Amino acid sequence: MRKIMVTLKRVVDYNVRVRIKPDGSGMATDGLKMSVNPFDEIALEEALRMRERGEAGEIAAVAIGGDECQQQLRTGLAMGADRAVLVKTDAEVQPLEAAGILLEMAKREKPDIVIMGKQAIDDDCNQTGQMLATLWGRPQATFASEVQLEGGTARVTREVDAGLEIIEVQLPAVITTDLRLNEPRYIKLPDIMKARSKPLETLAVGELGLSAVPSLKPSGYEPPAQREKGERVEDVAALVGKLRERGLVA
Amino acid sequence: MSKILVVAEHDGISLHSGVARVVSCGLAIGAESLDVAVMGQDCAAVARQAGSIAGVSQVLCLDRAENARPLAAVQAPQLAALAPRGYSHLLGPSTTFGKDLMPRVAALLGVPQVSDIMSVESERRFKRPIYAGNAVLTVEAPADHTVVATARLASWPAASEGGEAGIEEIAVDVELPAHSKWLELKTAETERPDLQSASVVVSGGRALGSADNFSMLYSLADSIGAAVGASRAAVDAGYVSNDMQVGQTGKIIAPALYFAIGISGAIQHLTGIKDAGVIVAINKDPEAPIFEVADIGLVGDLFSIVPELQAALEDS
Repeated sequence: MRKIMVTLKRVVDYNVRVRIKPDGSGMATDGLKMSVNPFDEIALEEALRMRERGEAGEIAAVAIGGDECQQQLRTGLAMGADRAVLVKTDAEVQPLEAAGILLEMAKREKPDIVIMGKQAIDDDCNQTGQMLATLWGRPQATFASEVQLEGGTARVTREVDAGLEIIEVQLPAVITTDLRLNEPRYIKLPDIMKARSKPLETLAVGELGLSAVPSLKPSGYEPPAQREKGERVEDVAALVGKLRERGLVA
Repeated sequence: MSKILVVAEHDGISLHSGVARVVSCGLAIGAESLDVAVMGQDCAAVARQAGSIAGVSQVLCLDRAENARPLAAVQAPQLAALAPRGYSHLLGPSTTFGKDLMPRVAALLGVPQVSDIMSVESERRFKRPIYAGNAVLTVEAPADHTVVATARLASWPAASEGGEAGIEEIAVDVELPAHSKWLELKTAETERPDLQSASVVVSGGRALGSADNFSMLYSLADSIGAAVGASRAAVDAGYVSNDMQVGQTGKIIAPALYFAIGISGAIQHLTGIKDAGVIVAINKDPEAPIFEVADIGLVGDLFSIVPELQAALEDS
C-alpha cells in the first residue's frame, strides 16, 4: 500500500492581517492566531481521500519548528493523519534547509508520495517541494488541481499560467497542491479527542545529521508602497470622463 | 560586475512576454553580460526573438528532443550545467514555469533561491514581497555562491526591442531523468490579449453570479481590446477557468488600466494588482475594501453599469 508523507507548516492564519514590528526588525506575529498553512491542509486532505479510496495506507504528517508546531500536527492528526513527527528547531528555516530536513525524513519514512502545499502564505517562496524533489532525485508535480494514481505512477493536472497541464510522474514523487485540488474537511470534536492518543514523535534537528546550507540573510522589513485612495464618481458618464481626461480610453 | 543568464519561457513558437521583463531585472543588477538560454526543440525562431531584446549579449540555444515540452525535472539539470560557464546569476520569471523550474536549479547547485525580485539594491541584495504583499523584505544572497532567483514580472518594464545578439548552439552533457512525462496542455482558445501583458484588464468577481454573466465582461473587454481576469472567488465558483485568476496565488499583473467589477478586494486579490496604473472599482457595496485602493470608484449595480459603460466607451 502506498505510504504518504505530508508537511504541515505553522503560519499566521489566512484571515489575520500581519503587520511589521514598529522597529522594522521582523513581522509582529506574537499573539496572532496560528493555523496550518492552507495549501498544506489541502495536501493532507488529498492524502486522506487517497486512503479513503483505498489507494494509500499510512499517512505521516511532518512539521519543522518549535514545540508550538505540535498544535498544527494535532490538527493534522484530528483531520485523519495516522501519526506525526515534529522536527524540532528554534531557528528560522528557509526552503533549502527545510528541503534538506524533509529529505532526511523521506529517507526515514520511505513514502511513495510526498504531498505538500505549493507555497506557505507567510514567506510566499514556493520552493520547498521542488527542492525536496531535486535533492531526493525524484520527479515533481507542482500546482496540482487533480491527482490520479495508477500503479507506480501519478497523473497530475497542474494549474499553469496558460491553462491546465497534465503530466505523468513515476513514484516516489513530490506533489505540491494548488487551491482547487480539494476542499479540506472540517474537524469534528470526537476526532480531536481521538487525535490525542495518536503518536506524535519529536526529533531534534541535530539528530538528522544535517550539514548547514547557505541561506539568505534578511536585512529589513518595510511596508509596501501604499496606493493613494482615489475618488468616487457618481455615474458612468463621470467615470468615462475621468478615463478620457487621463488618456486611458479613446 | 555580474554575468547573468536568463532562462527563456516560450511555447515553442513565441517567446513569453515576461522574458523582456526578466532581462530588465538582470540589467538592473549591473550586468557585464546578459545571456538568454532557450531550451526547446527546433527553437531557432524563439532564439531569434530572444536575441532581439536590447541588452542581451548572447543567446544559448539548447535544442534537443527532450526539450520539446517544458518539464522542470528535465530542464533544471541543463540549466545547472550552464552555471559553471562563469554565471554569477541565473534568473527566471516568476510565472508557473519559473516557479516550477528555478528552485530545482537552486537545489542542484546547493544554493537558496530568491523568489519574486521586485527591486535590486545591489548585486546580491534584493527586495521581495512576503505575506501576500503586506510587507517587503530585503534579503541578501550568500557571497561566493551563484544567485538563483525569479523576477516578479509586474515590477519590471519590458526591455526594448532592437538587440542583435548572436545565437550559439550549445550541447550540455548531462543525464536527463526519464521519470516525468509531459502529456497535454489544455488551454482556453482566445483572441483576447494575454492577461499578463495586456495594457487594459477587465476583471470580475463573485458578484457576477454565474459563468453566463461573465459574457458581459467579455463583451466590454472586446470593445476596448482588454484582457479578462477574475478573482479567486469567481474561479472557485466555476465561472471562469483557473488561468484567469489574478492575485497572490494567481497572476500578478500591472496593466495601465484595471477594472475590478464586482470584486470586493481581499488582500490576496489586491496583491495581484497593486502595480496597476489606474484601478477602477465598480461595486454595489460602498464599504468594499477595493475602494481603498481604487483610483476611481463607482458604487452601483454592475449589471446596469457594465452595459452602460460599454455603450459610453463605444460612443467615441
